[in-house]
Amino acid sequence: MSETLTSSPTETSLDDFRAEVKTFLAANCPESMRQPILEESDTYFGGRNGTFKDADQEKWFNAMAARGWTTPEWPKKYGGGGLSKAEAKILKQEMRALGCRPPILSFGIWMLGPALLQFGTEEQREQYLPDIIQGKIRWCQGYSEPGAGSDLASLQTLALSSGDEYVVTGQKVWTSYADKADMIFALVRTDGSGKKQIGITFLLIDMEAEGVSTRPIKLISGKSPFCETFFDNVRVPKANVVGQENAGWTVAKYLLTHERSAISGAVDGDMMTPLSYYAKKSVGLTDGKLSDGLLRAQVAAWEIDGAGFKFTLDRINEEMKAGQAIGARSSFMKYYGSELNKRKYELRLDCQGRDALAWDGAEHNGGKIARQFCRTKGNSIEGGTSEIQLNIISKHILGLPS
Amino acid sequence: MSYVLTEEQQFLKDSAKDLFKKAPVSMIRDLRDGDDEQGYSTELWQQMVEMGYPGIVVSEASGGMDFGLRALGVLMEESGRSLSASPLLTVGVSAAIIEKYGSTDQKAHLATICEQGTVVALALQEGNFYKPEHSDIVAKKEGDTYMLSGVKDMVADAHAASSFIVTANSEEGVTAFLIGKEAVGLSMDKEFMMDSRYYSKLKLENVSVPSSSILGSAGKGKKVANDVTNMANALIANELVGVMSEAFDRTVAYLKERRQFEKEIGSFQALQHRAADLYGEIEIARSLAIKALDALDEEDFMAPAICSMAKAKCVKVSQLATNEGVQMFGGIGMTDDEEIGFFMKRARVASQQYGGYAYHVDRFATMNGY
Repeated sequence: MSETLTSSPTETSLDDFRAEVKTFLAANCPESMRQPILEESDTYFGGRNGTFKDADQEKWFNAMAARGWTTPEWPKKYGGGGLSKAEAKILKQEMRALGCRPPILSFGIWMLGPALLQFGTEEQREQYLPDIIQGKIRWCQGYSEPGAGSDLASLQTLALSSGDEYVVTGQKVWTSYADKADMIFALVRTDGSGKKQIGITFLLIDMEAEGVSTRPIKLISGKSPFCETFFDNVRVPKANVVGQENAGWTVAKYLLTHERSAISGAVDGDMMTPLSYYAKKSVGLTDGKLSDGLLRAQVAAWEIDGAGFKFTLDRINEEMKAGQAIGARSSFMKYYGSELNKRKYELRLDCQGRDALAWDGAEHNGGKIARQFCRTKGNSIEGGTSEIQLNIISKHILGLPS
Repeated sequence: MSYVLTEEQQFLKDSAKDLFKKAPVSMIRDLRDGDDEQGYSTELWQQMVEMGYPGIVVSEASGGMDFGLRALGVLMEESGRSLSASPLLTVGVSAAIIEKYGSTDQKAHLATICEQGTVVALALQEGNFYKPEHSDIVAKKEGDTYMLSGVKDMVADAHAASSFIVTANSEEGVTAFLIGKEAVGLSMDKEFMMDSRYYSKLKLENVSVPSSSILGSAGKGKKVANDVTNMANALIANELVGVMSEAFDRTVAYLKERRQFEKEIGSFQALQHRAADLYGEIEIARSLAIKALDALDEEDFMAPAICSMAKAKCVKVSQLATNEGVQMFGGIGMTDDEEIGFFMKRARVASQQYGGYAYHVDRFATMNGY
């Protein structure tokens, strides 16, 4: 990405840029796009069949995509924003100041794109990156299998060589939004003879190809964001391999690091509302203190950890800018962030009593709290379980023996 | 201001590391076993004075280095790692208070504090718990003098002090005084605590002081006390980060060394996961401790809340880290020969100084409107 970075921007040019961003956002981010995200349709996901909820969402997305600002730091030659780190930070700050929603939520942007920039061929970048930036293709991720969860490297979806194609057969599970995705980036086994980490290939597969089918999985939250995805003799061009054949594990590990940092920083709609706000509203105050002393102590302890986690993300960010690699610390971020979110929803049930238990009905926002509570239980399972993260910290940060 | 150290702060950290190498954990053991009257090494303190540590937060105009509290925090963390006893915290805070609130005469003390390491002790606590918003010390106004009577507790470094910052209740409300040790009616009982350091009960019996000894103005002592609370706790949080980090490093090293069932015990997942979890807790505690000092240096309006958050978290994590340390060292961890126990003992006393966990959680929640 460095080719777009010319000489480091001066203070003045950054000030100019900030002014430009302010003007742009004022003109192009409609008021309704500055409200908190309350439901899934508040977010645009893109794709061949992507639909906008309303004209405001469409306007906001198109304005950002036209400038390549859906991917601010990606190179201009693929249609990205080509911004420097400092400029991208300004854009982020100004968007946050106005409360702008992300113009699109895309696995292509936060997962596949970085992998293509790192491992893809020039042809692959030219073929896929512009579409990702413009939200034309919706991607899903095919990693886990029924028999390969925490032990991901034991995956068994087979890709047999047949001329300049592979024939793929097998099953993936926990593929997010596979029923709505156009393409899947999947890990498949191209060699079963050696060590299990070797022989895995990172492959891009069209979901419309013959032999691909999906089935939604209903979760304890009552929602179905995940699917099972089946491959029955699906023919895939070998040109769709990212990185080298049998070297997909390297690509996967790189992506998992991305995923972990992203999950840890994931913002749910209520992230900005302090837990104590709900507690006060529901439990009430006596002499200025939360009426339930035990809850008060638990809420405060959570808010202290929440602030501590935020400060720690800031610190790790700064240390990375100062040249320290993030390394296995992404496992710590993932572990702490997901455990914190689970604890938060336990406390919301405690603080909000009956209101938090409702499963349906408009007056309870469709049972939002109860369903989100259920959903948070997956935070410490998806993207590598908490136990796997603790293994990684033990081994790679603390250097404890196996 | 930032989490990453500036060149100046890094230099300070390196020099502190070198200095505290001369004051390893064995030093506190030797002082204890030798029934040392001081409870800290006068020689070490003199070296710290020569390096300018007492004046680190004092402005250059008043004879200090003006490096800010963050820099003092760097020193506190290093002293926490080696459990080095000294009046550094007491002096750092009292100097900052005198500079902020002192009259011209009172500020004249700053030069001797910076140059000679004169100790001004902080006498705020009364009874078992630190609650500086109230005082039962009576300061009876008689013309231009105040007559103080009552008892202060847990006064760190009192036995080495030349004067005291004392809060008392006058007709104007809580008021802070700067009182010399030679004042008639002032006496103390030195108490030896679990961390092998001395804390004193300070007794005031009809101690008469002129109104010129008021720090700030009469009835405004809560402001002074609040500043002490913020600074002292943010600094202790950083000391505790040193204590927990060193205890943790030693524990992890022991896990790699100790063998049972023909393997290093650090290969057992039951211990690995506890260690990995503790690693994360220490990261969180460290960020809060740093942020608290940065916020004070920047006069962020959130600083008091962050100071209490930092102290509360560092209390909990230092408790966990030292408890896990003793447990993972096993039988040897219970012996006085092994040093891990010293970390636990210092952590407990430091936790209570200037308010324990419950005090700071309450203070934080109150500031946040619940």
